[in-house]
Amino acid sequence: MKMLRYVVPLVIFVIIGVFFAKGLQRNPNYVPSPLVGRPAPTFSLPNVENPDAVVSSADLAGRVALVNVWGTWCIECRHEHGYLLELARAGVPIVGLNVRDDRAAAVEWLARLGDPYVGSGFDPEGKAAVDWGVTGAPETFLVGADGVILFKHISPLTPAVWQRDFVPLLVEHCREAKCPFLAAAGGG
Amino acid sequence: MRSRTQRKLFIGLVLVGITVAGAFAYRAFQENLLYFFSPTQVVAGEAPARTFRLGGMVLAGSFTREPGSLTSHFVVTDNVQSVGVTYTGVLPDLFREGAGAVVVGRMSGEREFAADEVIAKHDENYMPPEVAQALEKAREAKGE
Amino acid sequence: MIPEFGQLALALALCLALVQATLPLIGAANGRVDWMALARPAAAGQFVFVAVAFAALEYALLNDDFSVEFVAAHSNSALPIFYKATAAWGGHEGSMLLWIAVLAIWTMAVAAGSRSVPQEFASRVLGVLGIVSAGMIAFAFFTSNPFTRLTPPVTDGNDLNPLLQDPGMIFHPPTLYLGYVGAAVPFAFAVAALLSGKLDRDWAKWTRPWTIVAWIFLTCGITLGSWWAYYELGWGGWWFWDPVENSSFMPWLMTTALLHSLAVTERRGIFKSWTVLLAIAAFSLSLLGTFLTRSPVMISVHAFAADPARGLFILGLLGLFTGGSLLLYAPRASNFEAEGGFQLVSREAFLLANNILLVSATGAVLFGTLYPLFIDALGLGKISVGPPYFNVMFLLPVLPLAALVGVGMHSAWRMTPGQLLLRRLRWPAVGALVVGVAAPFAIFGAASALTLLAVTIAVWVCASSLLDPVRRLVLRTGAPLTRAQMGMCLAHFGVGVFMLGATVASAYNLEFDVSAKPGDRVEAGGYEFVFRSVRSVQGPNFTADEGEFELLANGKSLGILKPQIRLYQVQRSPMTEAAIDTNVLRDVFLALGEPLGADAWSLRIQVKPLIGFLWLGSGLMALGGLVAITDRRYRVATREARSTEHVEQPAAGAA
Repeated sequence: MKMLRYVVPLVIFVIIGVFFAKGLQRNPNYVPSPLVGRPAPTFSLPNVENPDAVVSSADLAGRVALVNVWGTWCIECRHEHGYLLELARAGVPIVGLNVRDDRAAAVEWLARLGDPYVGSGFDPEGKAAVDWGVTGAPETFLVGADGVILFKHISPLTPAVWQRDFVPLLVEHCREAKCPFLAAAGGG
Repeated sequence: MRSRTQRKLFIGLVLVGITVAGAFAYRAFQENLLYFFSPTQVVAGEAPARTFRLGGMVLAGSFTREPGSLTSHFVVTDNVQSVGVTYTGVLPDLFREGAGAVVVGRMSGEREFAADEVIAKHDENYMPPEVAQALEKAREAKGE
Repeated sequence: MIPEFGQLALALALCLALVQATLPLIGAANGRVDWMALARPAAAGQFVFVAVAFAALEYALLNDDFSVEFVAAHSNSALPIFYKATAAWGGHEGSMLLWIAVLAIWTMAVAAGSRSVPQEFASRVLGVLGIVSAGMIAFAFFTSNPFTRLTPPVTDGNDLNPLLQDPGMIFHPPTLYLGYVGAAVPFAFAVAALLSGKLDRDWAKWTRPWTIVAWIFLTCGITLGSWWAYYELGWGGWWFWDPVENSSFMPWLMTTALLHSLAVTERRGIFKSWTVLLAIAAFSLSLLGTFLTRSPVMISVHAFAADPARGLFILGLLGLFTGGSLLLYAPRASNFEAEGGFQLVSREAFLLANNILLVSATGAVLFGTLYPLFIDALGLGKISVGPPYFNVMFLLPVLPLAALVGVGMHSAWRMTPGQLLLRRLRWPAVGALVVGVAAPFAIFGAASALTLLAVTIAVWVCASSLLDPVRRLVLRTGAPLTRAQMGMCLAHFGVGVFMLGATVASAYNLEFDVSAKPGDRVEAGGYEFVFRSVRSVQGPNFTADEGEFELLANGKSLGILKPQIRLYQVQRSPMTEAAIDTNVLRDVFLALGEPLGADAWSLRIQVKPLIGFLWLGSGLMALGGLVAITDRRYRVATREARSTEHVEQPAAGAA
C-alpha cells in the first residue's frame, strides 16, 4: 500500500508519453491535406528561365503530372533534386513552382544542378503558393489527368516515398488515364 | 512523524489549497484560451463576441494608411471570405501584403475587426500553419 | 576530409560512451573493481572524441566549407567571424553537438571530482552519465548528423538567422546548456542511489555542490535569454510564457526545489524520496526542454517531417531516462528510511511547503505549455494558452511561497518556537508592509491590490534576507556568517529584488506608439524625444534605416538614441534594433517602426521602471549560489575535516 504513491509519478509520465506518441503520429506526412481530392488551383506564372514564356495550369491539363515547390534558399530541396532528375528522365512530367526566390539564382541553380522540370513558374511573392496551401519547401503534389489533386507530400521526395505513396495512386489512376512513364518510373 | 492532529491539519490545508487553485485554474483557463478563426468562420457567425484570433492572408492591394497616421486598415482573407481589420500601432517587422498574418482583437462591426495586436512572426515558412490550414479548409468548403 | 573525421570521432565517442554506460554499472552490481575502474578512462576518451567532433564542425564553419549541409544552411561568407563560430549552435544538428560536448565536460568534471567518493558509487554515477551520453550521441549520429555533405556544394550559404546574430544569442545557448545538461549530474547521483538501494546524508553532501553549479548556470542562461528577448525582439517584452521559455523555466523551478530539498536530506536525513524525485523531474524537464526548444528559430517543420525517426527517437530517449528512472523509483524509493521527524513550525516544514509550492507552480506551467500541443495532437483544433493563465496560475503558489521564504530562512531545524520568530521578524514585517503599501502610491500615484501585495512581499523578502547579514556584519552581534549562509541570504535577497523589478516593470510600464517626422519633438512618459534624422547605414551583411534621436528629461540631455531597422541581405528579413537608455531605476526604450508616408515614421516608446532589477536580482541569485559554493565545507577534501567544523546557531543556520 505504501508503495502506491511511489508509482504515481510513473503513471503520470506514461499518460503524458502516450499523448506525445499520438502527437508525433499526427505528422503532416500522414495527414492528407484538405486539397486532396479537389481540383488543382489555376495559376499562370512567367517561366523562371524565360520571362516571355508562361507556366500555367495548361501544362497540367490532360496528363498526370507532379507539381514541385522549390527555391534556391531551400537546402533540403537538394536532397530530392537528384531523384527528381531521375523521375524526369523516366518521363514523369514535373512542373516546378519556384517560390520566393531570386530569378538569377534560380536559373543558375537549374543550369548547374540540372533541370527536371517541364517548366518552373516564377512566383517571387508566393501568390500561387498560397493558393496551393504551401507552407514551405520542398513540397510535391500529384495531380491527376482530370486536374484533381491526388496527393501532397511534404519534405524531400525519396524513392521510398515514391514507391510507398505515389506509385499505388498512379497505378490506380492510370487504369483509366494514360501514364506513359509508369513502367519506367517504378510502377507496373 | 508529527502528531495526528497536526497531520490532519496539514492535509486539510493542502486539500483546501488544491480546491482553490483548481477553481482559479478552471476560470483562468476558460477565459484565456484564445481560439483561432478564419474569415470564413467569422462571416458565418462562428466567432465569439470576446477576444479571439483571426488569421489569413493579407490581401494584396488592400493596405491603406492615412499618411503620417498610426492607424492602418487592411483586409484579411482566406480566398473565400474577407474581413477588414483596423489597427492602430506599430506593425511587426514581417507584416506585408500577400503574406500570412494573425491578428488578435474583437469584431467591431459586420465584417470589420478591431485588432489590438498583429502577429506576423514566422520563419522560413512564410505562412503560419494555422492560416494555411484555414485557407485549405475554406477552399474545400467552397467546393472549388 | 575534416567533416568526415568529425563523423568518425562522433562514432568513436559513441562506442566509448556505450562502454562507459555498461561496464561500470555491471561492475558495480557484481563488485568487479576492474570494470568499475573503466568509468573514468571511458569518460575521458569520450570527451576527447567529442571535442574533436566539435572542432571539426567549427573548422568547417570558419573555413566557409559550404559542401557541408549544416554550414550551407546556417552560415554565409559575409557573416562576421565570431558569428560563424557561434553558428555551430544556430541550428538543430549543431546545437545537439553542443549539448553532447557540454555533457562531456560535466562528465569529466564529475570524474575528476569524485575521487573522494566510494568507487562503487562513483562508477554508478559515471555509468548513468554514460547512458545519457550514449543516448544523445546516438540521436545526433543517426538522426541529426551535422556533417552530412551537399553534392554539389552551394556557392554560398543561407546565412545565420538574423535573430541569432547578436551577442546575447552567442552566450545564451552555451550557458543554458551548461545548466540543462548540468541537471544530468544530480539525476545520475539519484539513479545511482536508486540502483545501490542506499541513500544517506553523505549522498546529499556529494550531490549538493553539483546541483548548485548547474542551478547557477541555469539562472544565468534563462536571464540571458530573457534579456536578449527584451532588447532584441524589439518590443520591450521580457517574458512571454511561450513554450520555449517555459521549457527552460520548469527545470529551473525543479532544480531550485532540488537544492533546497538536498539541504534537508543532508542535514536531517529526511525528504529522501522527494529529493530523488525532484532530481529525476529536473532532468526530465530539462530533456523535454531541449527538444521543445526546437522552435521555428532553430528547426523547421519540414526538417521534422522529413525524418519522423527523430521524433520517435526523442520519445524513446525520454522513455528510457524518465521512464526508466521512475520505474526504479517506484519500488526502491519506498525503502529509503527517514532519519528523523519535525514539528509543524520548523525549517523542515517550511522547506516541505517550498517543495510542494514549487512543484505546483511547475505543474501549472507544464499543463499550460503542453495543453495546446495535446489538443493539436488530437486534432481538436489550434488554440493557444495566453499569458494571463500563466500569470494567475504561477503567482498563486509563488506569492505565498515568497512570503514563506522570509519566515523559513529564520526558523530552526526540528522545531522553532513561534514566539521567537515573531519577535525577530515583526519589525521587518511591519516595515515591509508600510513600505510596500506606501511606496507604490507615493511614487506612481496608483496601485492595484495585486501590485501592493506583490510589492509588499518582495520588500519583505528583501528585508528578511538582509536581517542576518546586517545584524552580524554591521551590528556585530551573533556568530560570524559562513559563506553558505551568506550565499543563502544573497540569493534570497536577489529573489526579492527580482520580484520587485518584475512587479513594478509589469504594473507601471508605459508604452506609446507615436507617429513623428524628422524635426518633431515627441513628449512621452515624462521624457522628450527630439527626432533629428533618418539615414541609411551599411553593416557587414545588412543595410539599415537608422534614426537619430536626442533624449531629454526636464530639459537636460541624456544622450543620443539610434534605433535601426535592419534588412539582412541574404535572408531578406527585417530586424528591429531598439535603442535603450538604461539606468538602475528605469529603461527608456525606443524602437523605429515603419515609414508612414509623408516623411513620418511610427515609433514605439516605452518607459520601464525598475526593469534593471530583473537582471540585478537574477545576478544576485547566481552570485549567492557562487558564494555558497565556495563555502569551506566544499573546499576541504576529506570527510573528517568536514565533520569537525559544524558550529551553527539554530536560528539562522543555512545547512
